[in-house]
Amino acid sequence: MCLAIPGLILERTDGPGGLPFARVRFGTVTREVCLAYVPDAAPGQYVIVHVGFAIQRLDEEAARRTLALFEEAGS
Amino acid sequence: MTDLACPVPFSDYERVVLAHGGGGRVMHRLIEELFVTAFDNPHLRAQHDGAVLDTPGRLAVTTDGFTVRPLFFPGGDIGSLAVHGTVNDLVCCGARPEHMTASFILEEGLALETLRRVVESMARAAREAGVRVVAGDTKVVEKGKGDGVFITATGLGRVLAPEPPSPSRVRPGDAVLVTGPVGDHGVAVMIEREAMAIESDLASDSAGCAPQLLALLDAGVDVRCLRDPTRGGLASVLNEIARSARAGIHVREADVPVRSEVADACELLGFDPLYVACEGRLVAFVPEADAERALGALRRTPGSEDAARIGVVTEDHPGTVLLESPLGPSRVLDLLSGEQLPRIC
Amino acid sequence: MRWVDEFRDAGTARRLAGALARSATRPWTVMEICGGQTNTIARYGLEDLLPEGMRLIHGPGCPVCVTPLEIIEAARVLAQEPGVVLCSFGDMLRVPGAGGDLLDARSRGADVRVVLSPLDAVQMAANDRGRHHVLFGVGFETTAPATAMAAELARRLDLDNFSLLASHVRVPPAIELLLSEPEHEIDGFLAAGHVCTVEGLADYPALCARFGVPIVVTGFEPVDILHGLLMCVRQLEAGRHEVENQYTRSVRSDGNPEARALVDRVFEVADVPWRGLGVVPRGGLRIRPAWARFDALRRFDPSLPEVTEPVACKAGLVLQGRLVPTDCPEFGRACTPEHPLGAPMVSTEGACAAYYRHRRHAAFDERADR
Repeated sequence: MCLAIPGLILERTDGPGGLPFARVRFGTVTREVCLAYVPDAAPGQYVIVHVGFAIQRLDEEAARRTLALFEEAGS
Repeated sequence: MTDLACPVPFSDYERVVLAHGGGGRVMHRLIEELFVTAFDNPHLRAQHDGAVLDTPGRLAVTTDGFTVRPLFFPGGDIGSLAVHGTVNDLVCCGARPEHMTASFILEEGLALETLRRVVESMARAAREAGVRVVAGDTKVVEKGKGDGVFITATGLGRVLAPEPPSPSRVRPGDAVLVTGPVGDHGVAVMIEREAMAIESDLASDSAGCAPQLLALLDAGVDVRCLRDPTRGGLASVLNEIARSARAGIHVREADVPVRSEVADACELLGFDPLYVACEGRLVAFVPEADAERALGALRRTPGSEDAARIGVVTEDHPGTVLLESPLGPSRVLDLLSGEQLPRIC
Repeated sequence: MRWVDEFRDAGTARRLAGALARSATRPWTVMEICGGQTNTIARYGLEDLLPEGMRLIHGPGCPVCVTPLEIIEAARVLAQEPGVVLCSFGDMLRVPGAGGDLLDARSRGADVRVVLSPLDAVQMAANDRGRHHVLFGVGFETTAPATAMAAELARRLDLDNFSLLASHVRVPPAIELLLSEPEHEIDGFLAAGHVCTVEGLADYPALCARFGVPIVVTGFEPVDILHGLLMCVRQLEAGRHEVENQYTRSVRSDGNPEARALVDRVFEVADVPWRGLGVVPRGGLRIRPAWARFDALRRFDPSLPEVTEPVACKAGLVLQGRLVPTDCPEFGRACTPEHPLGAPMVSTEGACAAYYRHRRHAAFDERADR
């Protein structure tokens, strides 16, 4: 699997070897995360993070559509 | 609370040397200028081989070893931890902690300044808990044979509970309470120890729990069983009690208080907070009729404002703890095979 | 959007469970391939919310659980080489190999460190050039990009005291292997959302078409899983077998091309053994020759003890739904969580380990009743 959790990009930072990093907030805790695989991600956006890497930007529109599907499913 | 500052350097050495345990002048200076000064009381001042105590009534006694890395962590250090751990074991016997002894195993090369901070913190914690450190010992081991400081402590307390709490007194129908949010200590230490570069405001909950016991007893609560959920956390304590009481325990996960800092760090590390150690919390089993009164008394006690009722003792599934998930279904809350390690899966 | 709480909501879970019950007219059997989903299912008790007769088969667990014995032995041997620091994810430390686990190796003097990210291991190597750091890189397709980036960073920093013991596995070939057995009882699959976050959906249409099973790419929160099951059951009821994406907030159809590109530079697809399943064709990754300087096995060429995967393990049958774990002759005898033969006993939530635990509790209840 892969334990991956959503986090909010606070600010971009420079990592070792020229890799792009960012401080990412997970609720009340913050950790440095490598952005090499989501090079365009910007502060204020949410990313999904696995073993210290952002592996995708989260799509808020898609999430809202999923939540709407839950409503539909119940009716 | 007064800070004990050392007026003069208590040694010409900056680091612990083997002579600090050698029985000669260097050792005596260490004892007098650090330990006796910090823990100051008539028993220690006498510098006898032991202390003669005048304590009437039933006594509770406990002993515990303390090793923690790092020695200092947010919310405490090995010195305060040694006091709190010892005190809380006495509290779980229904006793008011009164005296303790401490044996220090020091590693050659430990900075004496570090030792001074540990001892002064320990003295402060003891004063706050109303406990006197009446006897002690120091030994020094060669560099590489220890982890800075190990402390072994023995505690003595006077039993105040009319009937001492014990798993054998737990009955079906009893309410299960916790005196505050769980998991703070283990997560705070883990983040610090593994240098995880996680920014968090989290601090250990390390604290003595005698005020909570006294609050329960003053409120006339029949405290059937008390336990401090240290290693293995809440889940392990509940399992131990379920087994020794031969009763089932049903816990509602949604009712277990967990700070969001702990919950968030646990999400990041793949931990379950129910298995993470606390050092300033109690799990209390009380009769259903006393439960509300007990909760009220706890919530008026500083540090236990978030005390909560988390479950009930059942006749069903003796020896087993069932955890009701926030979605409704229940599952067995089992023992872990060891300390939790950060997961990727 | 809070991204998590909405997907753990009890009311939503109840609504979806209700929809599932109304949709299912037959006792469908669905496998969730990913141990993370198995974990959510166990933790929230989702099986109790399913319609009568519906069955979940828990997949082989997680990549940690399927790591073959020979690789765990290699890790133990490398960790005990003088001057070597073995950096591992925490969950790998307690996985028993043939002669013990990594915690045991640590007790014998090996320097084994827990890292949260592969890049932490590279940093450790950069800060301590006097010792060689081996990253034990395990994981599904989700984790492989992180391992690949560790090698890339080591290359950029020109480190010669860093290497990989890599054992990455690929999910679609394992699905293919399970479905290739004609007597399997799996009607539909939940595919692993985080694997597909990296890999996208390209591997799955062919599997759906060839084996006639629906595959729903699903997230990891309890509501996600109920929703994934509902989508799967609706396909089954309608006689459809397509790839659907429940986890749209994270999974794009082309996945993460940047991540895949680096994985493809560092690794090549290979036939590799999965613990208890045997060799899975194209089931894993191995380091390309061009990156040999970062391959710990090539650098150290450790003399490894002969380990043979136990032939008695029937994990394949358990995973195909054809064998209940307690009916396996080795269950509770040669195979226990302390000495597991295959992945389903290694993983805490693996099918065999779960049966073992519950059976123990049942036995305890009986004793207490007497």
